Amino acid sequence: MKVLVTVKEVTAVDDEFEIDGLGIDDRYVTADLNEWDEYAVEEAVQLSESLDDVEVVTVTIGPSDAEETIRQALAKGADRAIRVWDDALDDDAMLDPATKARLLAAVAEQEDPDLILTGVQSADDSLGATGVTLADQLGTEWAAVVNALDLDAQAGVAHVHRELEGGVEELTDVELPAVLTIQTGINDPRYASLRGIRQAQSKELAEKTLADIGLDATALDSPIEQTALYEPESEGGATLYEGTPEETAGELAGLLAERGVGQ
Amino acid sequence: MTVLAVAEHRRGELRDVSHELVTAGRELADATDGDLHVAVVSGSVEEYADRLDRDGVDVIHTVAHGEEFNHDVYTQAVTQLAEEIDPTVLLMPQSVNGLDYAPAVANRVGLPLITDAVDLAYDDGLTATRELYGSKVETTIDSHADSTAVTIRPAEWPAAEGSGDATVEPFEATIDESAIRSTVTGFQEVGGGDVDISEADVLVSIGRGIEEEENLDLIRDLADTLDATLSASRPIVDNGWLPKNRQVGQSGKVVTPDVYIAIGISGAVQHVAGMKGADTIVAINDDPNAPIFDIADYGIVDDLFDVVPALIEGFES
Ligand SMILES: Cc1cc2nc3c(=O)[nH]c(=O)nc-3n(C[C@H](O)[C@H](O)[C@H](O)COP(=O)(O)OP(=O)(O)OC[C@H]3O[C@@H](n4cnc5c(N)ncnc54)[C@H](O)[C@@H]3O)c2cc1C
Repeated sequence: MKVLVTVKEVTAVDDEFEIDGLGIDDRYVTADLNEWDEYAVEEAVQLSESLDDVEVVTVTIGPSDAEETIRQALAKGADRAIRVWDDALDDDAMLDPATKARLLAAVAEQEDPDLILTGVQSADDSLGATGVTLADQLGTEWAAVVNALDLDAQAGVAHVHRELEGGVEELTDVELPAVLTIQTGINDPRYASLRGIRQAQSKELAEKTLADIGLDATALDSPIEQTALYEPESEGGATLYEGTPEETAGELAGLLAERGVGQ
Repeated sequence: MTVLAVAEHRRGELRDVSHELVTAGRELADATDGDLHVAVVSGSVEEYADRLDRDGVDVIHTVAHGEEFNHDVYTQAVTQLAEEIDPTVLLMPQSVNGLDYAPAVANRVGLPLITDAVDLAYDDGLTATRELYGSKVETTIDSHADSTAVTIRPAEWPAAEGSGDATVEPFEATIDESAIRSTVTGFQEVGGGDVDISEADVLVSIGRGIEEEENLDLIRDLADTLDATLSASRPIVDNGWLPKNRQVGQSGKVVTPDVYIAIGISGAVQHVAGMKGADTIVAINDDPNAPIFDIADYGIVDDLFDVVPALIEGFES
């Protein structure tokens, strides 16, 4: 059985930052593996540990700078990685879910996995739509926002819980092959061991261009265009206490006492 | 132009976002003197149609098929309806179920999809505003397509009011049963247990800023000092440091205490959904740009490891 996990390097923005065109100035960002994808990778690795003959392959769309981040998944137990990149792709351009899914679907068609795991969303652009778009492009079944997975590989069914709003979970049976978008908290992602980190260096990380996956630059055509990026005006009428921690905490203690806290 | 908005219901209840979709849809339709159509799929569609008939709705399409949400049914029904009506904008909710069918509908109809919109405008074409990087920045997105699918963020638009005089039209969708390859087998309530944080008058709520499980003792001390109940944002519960029944937010509890003290919590939309109704919101966070300060009444921009011990001391004396 083969499990394909989509992973993405995301950027977190520093407390203080500057905007540069349609992006954040590089000086104020840190790159990391998307939080939701960490759970997806862990779920796949746990499947490979509990079932026989499971291969875990990760796929990402990203420039070579992303390789270090992508190796984190290999260090945690994924078997090999694919990185799609092409001169036609621009570092800063926003890719809409349909475009991302087209590239991922092309890889999925070559790999032919039984199960695809994605994160519910990525922490930076929070589109939350790539996984389900991918499923529908491939014509497979799917489930979004999965926080429990019990795979019956023999029967070809994934028994999942979908985490709805307000502390309610939906119990659903999904026929394989399928794409599941994985929610945080579904498992307890491991830390990479030193041995894992060493092994990751020699695992295959294949780079593929659009031509390699049977596409050309028209696959990137999108009717959606990002036109501006700006800091929202603070809606806040918050009273901010200023001074040393003793001073600010003192004022807050006074306010809380006034509100009857602790009485 | 025509706007088509798809209502949401769950376990017999129309969800709030449905009437917000009506407002968002009416605003867009007004921009071009267009019509607002609303669709409701599965369940007691006539009863839902009755409640969706608010001011500004022109037509309500009902699709009677099954009881509860099933994404294969929704995808087929909404796709067929969208192909029939050819709306300029197809509006759906940015809810967990919305995320489960909107991308598939967009893909089948061949519409670009913009998710989690917080504002929409129509002038020659559709422009959506959405947030990036944990709500630290906003971006505008233009669609150059003739027709665009959008999911809207809950609680961003007011609920539509007033009674309308919409025509209710049953829509005969052709549902291919063999394409239904997932089955909902039940529902389960989670997050029960000994404490009910939604009953508390004062909540001390801790987020990822606490860094390590050991550091939670500091926050427990504060909660004890203030005679408050301890709650948390999602990562603390995901990490297993506190049980699920302590989680505030979209997938946890909705709380409305007199005082909510958010410590080391950024104020992500899914967190805010659970606590924005608190009377007084206090935030302690060392990032002045954290979105929690947008909804806080009082705040301290500083390191929690300096402020919290000082607060315990200050309150005791
Ligand atoms: C479908 C779905 C459902 C979700 N449901 C929920 C939900 O129910 N509840 C929920 O909370 N989240 C939910 N989330 C997750 C949500 O999107 C955020 O990821 C989460 O709320 C972030 O938690 P946080 O604010 O504690 O962490 P972060 O966003 O990482 O914020 C930590 C904050 O701590 C501050 N900080 C760090 N160190 C210090 C210090 N020393 N002193 C002071 N401040 C410090 C930082 O400046 C930062 O603002 C959901 C997400 C999805 C996709």
